[in-house]
Amino acid sequence: MTKGFKIGYRFMIIVLAVLAAMLLAAVVLVAIGADVFNTYRVILTEPLKSVSLISEVVIRAVPLTIIALGISVAYRSGIINIGAEGQMAMGILAATGTALLMPDLPSPALLPLTLLAGCMGGCLWGFIPGFLKARLEVSELLSTVMLNYIAAQCYTFCLRGPMLDPAELTMGSGTPQSMRLTRNIWLDRIIPGTRLHTGLFIALILGAAIFLLLWKTSFGYKMRAAGAQERAARYGGINVPAYLIISISISGALAGLAGAVEIAGVHRRAIEGITGGYGFSGIVVALFGGLHPGGIIPAAFFFGLLIVGADMTQRMAGVPANMVQVLQGIIILIIVAAKMIIANPYLMERTWRRYAGLFKKEIA
Amino acid sequence: MDDLQSEQIRSLRLEHITKRFPGILACNDISLTVGKGEVLALVGENGAGKTTLMNILMGLYQSDEGRILINDREVRFHAPKDAIAAGLGMVHQQYMLVPNMTVLENVALGFRRAWNPMRLKYPMIRRRITEISRRYSLPVDMDAYIWQLSVGEQQRVELVKTLCMGAGFLILDEPTGALTPQETDELIALLKRMTGELSIIFISHKLQEVKNLSDKVAILRHGTVVFQGNTADHSPADIAALMTGHEVTLPRNTETACSGEPVLELKDLCVKNDRGFLALNRLNLSVGSGEILGVAGVSGNGQRELAEAINGLRNIESGTIRFFGTDLGNKPPAYVIRQGMGYIPEERNIEGIVPSFSLKENCILKDADHPKFSLHGFLKQKIINEYAEHLRRTFDIRSPGIQTPAGALSGGNIQKVILARELTRNPKFLIAVYPIRGLDLGAAEFIHKQLLAKRREGFGILLISEELEEIINLSDRIAVIFKGQIQQVLERTEANHRTLGILMAGVQHDQGV
Repeated sequence: MTKGFKIGYRFMIIVLAVLAAMLLAAVVLVAIGADVFNTYRVILTEPLKSVSLISEVVIRAVPLTIIALGISVAYRSGIINIGAEGQMAMGILAATGTALLMPDLPSPALLPLTLLAGCMGGCLWGFIPGFLKARLEVSELLSTVMLNYIAAQCYTFCLRGPMLDPAELTMGSGTPQSMRLTRNIWLDRIIPGTRLHTGLFIALILGAAIFLLLWKTSFGYKMRAAGAQERAARYGGINVPAYLIISISISGALAGLAGAVEIAGVHRRAIEGITGGYGFSGIVVALFGGLHPGGIIPAAFFFGLLIVGADMTQRMAGVPANMVQVLQGIIILIIVAAKMIIANPYLMERTWRRYAGLFKKEIA
Repeated sequence: MDDLQSEQIRSLRLEHITKRFPGILACNDISLTVGKGEVLALVGENGAGKTTLMNILMGLYQSDEGRILINDREVRFHAPKDAIAAGLGMVHQQYMLVPNMTVLENVALGFRRAWNPMRLKYPMIRRRITEISRRYSLPVDMDAYIWQLSVGEQQRVELVKTLCMGAGFLILDEPTGALTPQETDELIALLKRMTGELSIIFISHKLQEVKNLSDKVAILRHGTVVFQGNTADHSPADIAALMTGHEVTLPRNTETACSGEPVLELKDLCVKNDRGFLALNRLNLSVGSGEILGVAGVSGNGQRELAEAINGLRNIESGTIRFFGTDLGNKPPAYVIRQGMGYIPEERNIEGIVPSFSLKENCILKDADHPKFSLHGFLKQKIINEYAEHLRRTFDIRSPGIQTPAGALSGGNIQKVILARELTRNPKFLIAVYPIRGLDLGAAEFIHKQLLAKRREGFGILLISEELEEIINLSDRIAVIFKGQIQQVLERTEANHRTLGILMAGVQHDQGV
């Protein structure tokens, strides 16, 4: 087998997987009576037609990137974090609380403080399942999902109670949201006239930082060892439970930071539904990006495209935006299937024989 | 024969089988013949192409050239089910059993005839198992869960499973690799009885078994058959020489025992096993510097718990572990490593290495924080690369490069990676558990030489093994472990197979036999 064939083989499987996903989704689209080609055209090309639309895509990609980076840190360390949704909510609460408490601090102090608070909020929500797993062997799948519910209720409670905008009480409709946060925590807009904010740089820098952490430091080495083979890591003198707790705390901190960046960059106040499934989409982005920053950043952009595109299909093709969730589900299934196919040496071997046979005949 | 048995295999011929993998010629023009009732032993070093050849025969791989003939008719196996349909059956080195299913359910997994769209025909499978176990005297408890069975019993289940599927031709990949000496003897006797009805190809490193069981022997080296002949005409030493390409004599410890200061002392050590029972029960042992102390015993008598307790991987209930004057009891593994303990663990594939990590990354498993390899938390890639290359050269680790995942290496090479890492770290003491289990003679020779060299440097070594040959060859003193206690400690000169065998079975030496 030649190296070229192997790379081509993998590439073909990915292409086939994407086609299979689109085909499966097409079945659903046909079932709801939509125009399949038009829908795909709208999703994949319409959001790229103007600067402001592209910036909307990037705005979605920023929290997705940050969350997916965190999820890959946890995943690589042997703990699966499904709790990013809750961690993000707790991050938003902590960041909002900080901004509300100290609105008069100058921006150079308050902005970092707010972002840090977001990290801490998410970190705490990540630490809990990490600690439970390390000390009591509670499955993180259970605890993170349950903590999502708790966080969601906490979030609603705060927005309707202690953090509710006083203006809403006196004269408004009682919309559960915080007051507009002080300018001192705003992240600047990069392109005037769009909502694209400097959180993009935070995401890109974090991508580089996570890459360095995981593959270039001894700390990351030990985290990955703990995740790749726990027994060998223990044998090698690595304190596996400690690294477990640290990794999911980092993961939670990043999800919390994603929340803080979202309010500081986009909404500038805490509103309901801000997490919007980013925590779950982040898992898909992390897996789709191969649990590597180099893959996560483009994958996040792709998912940002899907989200914005789905919004547009609602208007332009009459297909509900929820279709994007159907697509996400299908993509998860296809990724799992494609991974198993890529990992099957026998299939590769058989394909190679067919391919080689074909090639010989063509020459002759 | 009943209807399940496909046409009897009177002869099996492999002709000019060639198989290439990227950069490797795994099988090079191999031709073999096995007749009815014959036993062919396939021997060769790790990576010589034995398993690949058998995988081709079972339809797991396709050969690039060559053909397979059964009863002089050419057959083509596209998948294992074709080979099984033709009457071949293989018992792999790693058993293909589902631990949390019963024996019956495991047999049902491969028993397609009992599959019904709605349910499995269990009574039919039961009848089949009963029939097979009676015919070959292979008793199995059909309702026991696999995880409850010993390794030897699991292997019996594998045999029954294979035979139930109608195999008239058995392929056994290192069948005795994980068995205790007694289980090995039983298996050899069983296989001998079975040759009345079956033909067998078996892969082995243990030349004594090859002598005992096989009619013919084929030796593979680097994918080529270098020798074929009747087993009876050749001594184990001849076969060993042909296998490695040079005369092999496993090194022996011939120097006089030096009585250095005791450096590792265990007193009244009590340790529980995973199920919560006492695996070590007031065990006492002491090892001096410059001494190899062999711990002989049938596996499951506390060896694993002993090694793990010393290395901080298992809590101790009571007693003390003193190592160069410091107490190691219930200390974390990192502490034990810092005190200068080196450890070659029993489970080399999942404990001794991180299989998905590269060879290079595995070289620093214990030293990622060492100032030699990291600066301000960042790994010094260049130095690590040089270090890994150095280890690869010095210990002759055969791998395409230092970036290759360690799990992709052969067993012998994985063991060399572990040994290289442990010895190059310059510890003060070494615990080696089954260091040559499953390894070929060449690799075993290498590893034993390294251990003896370290002993000469004044190293203390605790060697835990089931192979009496290994224990007797290397040890200065031999402690026999039985049910978590040391039965007796013998000088090398007093020990032979017989005395050790009796002690290992739990009979006190002075009781007289």
